[in-house]
Formats: sequence, C-alpha cells, structure tokens
Amino acid sequence: MFEASEIETFDATAVNSARVRQPLYAARKKIFPKRAEGRFRRFKWIVMLITLGIYYVTPWLRWNRGPYAPDQGVLIDLANRRFYFFPIEIWPQEFYFVAGLLIMAGFGLFLLTSTVGRAWCGYTCPQTVWVDLFLVVERAVEGDRNARIKLDGAPWSTNKLLKRIAKHLIWLVIAVATGGAWIFYFADAPTLLRNLVTGHAAPVAYITVAILTGTTYVFGGLMREQVCTYMCPWPRIQAAMLDENSLTVTYNDWRGEPRTRHAKKAAAAGQAVGDCVDCNACVAVCPMGIDIRDGQQLECITCALCIDACDSVMDKIGKERGLIAYATLAEYQSNMALATMGGASAIDPHQVRDADGKLSGKVETFHVRKLLRPRTLIYFAAWSLVGLGLLYALLTRDRLQVNVLADRNPQFVVLSDGSIRNGYTVKLLNMIPEPRTIIVTLRGLPGAEMSVVGMDHSAVRSFAVEAEPDRLKTLKVFVRQPRELVAGPTQHFTFEVKDESGAESDRYEATFDALEMSK
Amino acid sequence: MSDKQIDEFSGVSTTGHDWDGIKELDNPMPRWWLIVYYATIIWAAAYVIAYPAWPLVRTATTGLLGYSSRGDVKAELDAAKAAKADYIKAIGSKSVKEILADEKLRVFAAAAGAAAFKVNCVQCHGSGAQGSPGYPNLNDDDWLWGGKPEDIQQTIAHGIRYAEDPNTRVSEMPAFGEMLKPKEITQVASFVASLSNKAGDASAADIAAGKEVFAQNCASCHGDNGKGNREVGAPNLTDAIWFYGSTPAAIAAQVRAPKHGVMPAWGVRLGDTTVKELTVYVHSLGGGE
Repeated sequence: MFEASEIETFDATAVNSARVRQPLYAARKKIFPKRAEGRFRRFKWIVMLITLGIYYVTPWLRWNRGPYAPDQGVLIDLANRRFYFFPIEIWPQEFYFVAGLLIMAGFGLFLLTSTVGRAWCGYTCPQTVWVDLFLVVERAVEGDRNARIKLDGAPWSTNKLLKRIAKHLIWLVIAVATGGAWIFYFADAPTLLRNLVTGHAAPVAYITVAILTGTTYVFGGLMREQVCTYMCPWPRIQAAMLDENSLTVTYNDWRGEPRTRHAKKAAAAGQAVGDCVDCNACVAVCPMGIDIRDGQQLECITCALCIDACDSVMDKIGKERGLIAYATLAEYQSNMALATMGGASAIDPHQVRDADGKLSGKVETFHVRKLLRPRTLIYFAAWSLVGLGLLYALLTRDRLQVNVLADRNPQFVVLSDGSIRNGYTVKLLNMIPEPRTIIVTLRGLPGAEMSVVGMDHSAVRSFAVEAEPDRLKTLKVFVRQPRELVAGPTQHFTFEVKDESGAESDRYEATFDALEMSK
Repeated sequence: MSDKQIDEFSGVSTTGHDWDGIKELDNPMPRWWLIVYYATIIWAAAYVIAYPAWPLVRTATTGLLGYSSRGDVKAELDAAKAAKADYIKAIGSKSVKEILADEKLRVFAAAAGAAAFKVNCVQCHGSGAQGSPGYPNLNDDDWLWGGKPEDIQQTIAHGIRYAEDPNTRVSEMPAFGEMLKPKEITQVASFVASLSNKAGDASAADIAAGKEVFAQNCASCHGDNGKGNREVGAPNLTDAIWFYGSTPAAIAAQVRAPKHGVMPAWGVRLGDTTVKELTVYVHSLGGGE
C-alpha cells in the first residue's frame, strides 16, 4: 500500500480544459491605425494615386478608331463581343491574349513575392488601397488614433452621431464611385454616365453598381484587415514563394533586444540595452493590428508603415535607422548568430556594435545581387517567355480570316449534266474597323467553278465581295466540278481569301466529296 | 422530462431532454441565422400576397402583381413576333423575285423557309432536301415543273396531282404495259437508257427499234429528243438524274406501269407568306433558275 503522497504526480494541464478553452467565435477587436509619416508612406501615397487614377480615369480616355468602331480607349464590349485596348482589338476567339496576360500576372506575382515579399499585398492590392483611402476619410472626420479610440469609447452623443454619419456617408460616396467606375469599362462612358444619372441605363448597370458599392463599403470600411487574414487565399500561398533570400518586413531583434523604456537606468545598472525603446509606435500604425516584433506572421501585409514609424523614433534617439527594415531571412539569421555568438548566449547588443557604438561591419545588409537567384531567374524567364510569345502573336496575327463549313446533308449533289456539286458556308472575318473588298479564289480542284447564292457570280474561279467593317461575312458558295474531272470520292482544295490591296490573305483547306464512281 | 438545469461547464441552460444521461444544451440561435430566418418568413408572406400561391379547385390565387409564367412566354413570343413583323410584312407584299433581290429579306426568308421545311417537307424530301427514289432532290438543277421562283411557288402552293386543289399540277403517263408488247417495252427502255449512255449490253438493233417505239408513243410528251416538257411535267430523259432509277429494267418498269407521286397543296394550309419563304429556301438550295 502507498500513501497518497507517494503516488507519482504529473505536471500536466488538459489542453482543452474548461478553464482555458477558447470560444469558437471571437468578436473582432477594433484597430485604430495611427497616421504614419516617412518614405514608405510617401511611396504608398504615390502608388495609391497612380492605381486609383488608372482605375477611375482609364474608361474616359478616348482613342480614335475611325467611324466604324467605338472611340473609347479601353472597352469590353460584351454585346458585340469585342475587347478594345487602345490600338488593339480582340475578338472572342483571340481570348488567349487575355489568358496569356493572366499567366503573366501570375508569374509576375511569383517573381515579385520571391524578391520583395508581399509587396502586392502591401502596396497595390485593391483591398489595401481602398482601406487606405477609407482610413484617410476616417482620420479626416474623427481624428487620428487617440481621438478615434476616445470617440469609440464615448457614449452616444450628437457629436459622435454626426461624425459617424459623416464618415459612413463619405465612405458610401467613395463606394458608389468605385462601383460606378467599374461599369464604364463595359460601355461608352459618357453615354452611360448620362443614362445612369437620368435613370435610362440598363438594370444590370444599376445592379452591378449596387453590388460593387456594397462590397467596397463592407470590405474597405467594415471588414478591412479581416479580408486579408480570413478571406484571402494569397497569404497562405505566399509561404511557398518566399525563401531565405526574399525581402520581408523584419524586426531586427538582434539589435533591438533587450528592449526597455528606461535605457539609461538599465545601462547604468550594467544591463545590456537594445535599440528598441518599446515605444509601440510600430504597433500603433499597423493597419493589421499586429506587433511586428513578434516576428514574421501571416497577418503582415508588409505595408512597411512600421518601418516609417520606427525610423522616425530611431532618428529622434540618434540611432541608425533600420531597427525594423526590409531584410531577408538569411541576413537576419547571420546577424542573429552574430548577436548571440552562434546561439551560445542571449542577444547581446554589444556583439553587433563596434567600440565606438556604430553598427559593426560584420552586420550583413541586403545587396541587390540577392535578387538574382535561380528561383527569380526562372520566374523572370517564364514571365518573359509568355510576354514575348504574346507580343509575337500580337504582331503576326491575322486581321483577315476565312473559315469554311462543308455541307453535310447532302454531302454532294449530282446535277443533270452529271457534274458534282458541293455546298460550303464560307465565313470571311474582316477583323479591322474598315470596310474591305475581299477576293475569294479557288485553288486546286481542276475544272471546278464557284457560284454564290444571292450574288451574280456563277461559274467563276475567283470573285470579289464587300466585307463590312469589323464584321463576319457569311457566304453560301457552291462548287461544281465536271464529272470527267472528278478524281476520286474525296479531293482536297483551297479557298484563298485576299485583301484587295493584297496586304493580307488567309486560306482554308477544304474537301470536295463525290460518289465512288467507275469511270 | 422538463427538468431544465444550468450546465455546469458552459453555464448554458439545458433543454431538459435527457437521453441515457446525455443532456442537450439550449444554446441560442446565432443572431445572423435568426435574421435570415425571419427574413425568409417575411419574404414568404409577401410572396404569397404578390404572386400566384394558393391552389384553388379549378385555378389558383393570382397574386397582386398579376404575374404568370404563361404571361412571360406570351410577352416573349409577342416580342419575337414584333421583331419579325417588318420582314413578314415585306415578304407578304413582295413577289419572290423581289425578295430574292433584297439580301436581308432573302436571308430572313430562307431561314424562315428552312424552319417551315423541317416541319412540313422533310417527311418526303428528306432533311437535306436530297429526296429519295420517287421524291425529287431539290438541291439539283433538274426540275419537272420548272425551277424559276414562280414555278417553285406554284408547285408548293397547289401541289402535284392533288385532287382537292383545282389549280394543282397534273400529268399522267399512260401505263404502256397494256398498249405495247413486252419486247417493245424492253426496246424502248434500252433506247431511253442509251440517251444517257446507260444502255448496258443492249444491242444496237434493239436500241434502233426502241427509238422507233419512242417516236410513236413517247415523243409527244417527252419530246423528239427526249428532253422532256415542263409544261406537262414530263421529265428530261437525257440527263443524269433519274426519279425511279436509271437502269433499263427500272425504266421498263416505269414504262409498263408508271408510278405517279402526289404532293399536297400547301398554299391554303401554310398561307402565302410561308409558301414564299419555302420558295426562297428551295430556290437557294443551289438549283434555282
């Protein structure tokens, strides 16, 4: 028999014990990002101006294509199934250009991510840009971080109500403008705007504007960082694209730790003191509500605002910038090893500084050469290859095409003089916005002659036809060959089409069917 | 049963149901779920008032909006009819020749004719209008009654040997089996086959004798040289196209006891406009004159 005290006890806590269990649903904790100042913030303002400018202005740019095509620079004409991009016009069967551009966008994103991390997320993603814009409004109406926290905590008052209404109204106006701009890509912008305002636009236009207004308002104003953290798949995919040489926003704890707010006191007491003064400026400006000093994390969109915030603090206390900086994992690890003497000790700031207090020459910094790695070169090669392929296809593509469908029922007809006739539906594609005279010629098939339904041509080897600008011309063509010249049940011949000027041509290999005949 | 208590772990009341000691928590519904639930109730009530909903003995409630799916179909059909109205009117007022001269009208009429053909004509003439023995191929350039637009229109409108239409096209080849000797029938068949080089092994003497028989009995309708006569629907016997077969035996059978096909008159059944559309379609198949 054992005494209870003799029974071995375990130092164990139930992971799912009722005392520590977390609820499945956690309410969003509000984030009040402080306004940041600095070079990255400036860069982001510029990017925002450019991207929003492109988005809002593009549909209003005009491009003269002559009298037979719309004069809108960028137009997705769904009704007529044409896509216009300045001098380029794309028909539905040329959609591979769009597919190619999407592939390029994919490779471009891989390339960007493997070199400068989540730059797409931090600077150009529409979610980031619009949240930034919404935050500008929020700051203008409610004030900066502290004022907003105070207002949020305050009981409802006329002032609070007015500010909230003003903020949401401005957000809604931006949202309507965003949704509104989208539809201008699909119709003549000035006409559509007039119709939209006077209530004459198609219902689908209003529905689209309403949906995009809703998504812009909800994603940009209400959900914000939750879209990136919970809805977007890109943060998950990116882990596979980053490697130890990719630049990410990094807290360099090898020079920041141990952090303290009382550096002088600690130094006087003989303790090691890092550069971080624990001012939390980096946390205050973060739109994602994270602390970059916890290390690289899923939520971080690398907007680099914490770099700006920290740099200004470092300037104030007379330390080098870059406590929070774009750094690669490789240089971070090397510097960390320096600071900890290969992991033998805790972080010792003295290890990375020379006697005069400057950062040691042994500290590794980023070099542009690191951009050239097999991974990035392969991405760049793939990206360029697709791009060059598209360019080649674009420069050599046909603007005059012919497609031929042979009649199948009946395959051929015996005429009274014994000659054999086949019917063909000939489709001429005049893919330029100008009328053209196209010459259709029969090549091969000895003795055969064409006649065209609805046209005066009969028994000819070649005829001219007027093609409307930017349209498909369908002709019913009968080809007739004298019986004694029929060389077999299946003969091959060619329909050749040519621009009157001879500049462009296309051909179609067709077959001529006849009965198996004893001669 | 109703033994409600507070669950000691979650602090939530139980429903009071107890299955072998397992109790069910009475958690409230999520708010978003309730909102959606109430919204569907409101939607359902509004729907019942606005749209047809309650089945009655013979009919159903119509709803305030007066909606019906038949109404939708009618509106769509009316819109389709209205869109075609101008073309239909133009086809009704113009002659087939005028229609053929107007490209847009011709294409429209040919498409409409093709649709009417699929419903009314393919049973005999085939889906590609290629015909079969006894039913003419409409793609070729051989016409019993003429291949001009007005000829085709007349044939479609009034039919062939169609007793109920006084203006129908009529022709009847006598049954020569009772008038000619079997030998003469074989000879004349060989002669007719020889007109298109299909006489086979018939002797020159037989063909010469057949020519004699032809001149006496057949030439009045088929012409001295066998080229036929469209006035009376007598086929051209010199071409490559044969209605009931081109072998001497098939020709002999037709001489002995001719088959006569009947085509109904479509003018009354389909109306003038549809007949014109069919005419344009048939004319555009490649053999139109």
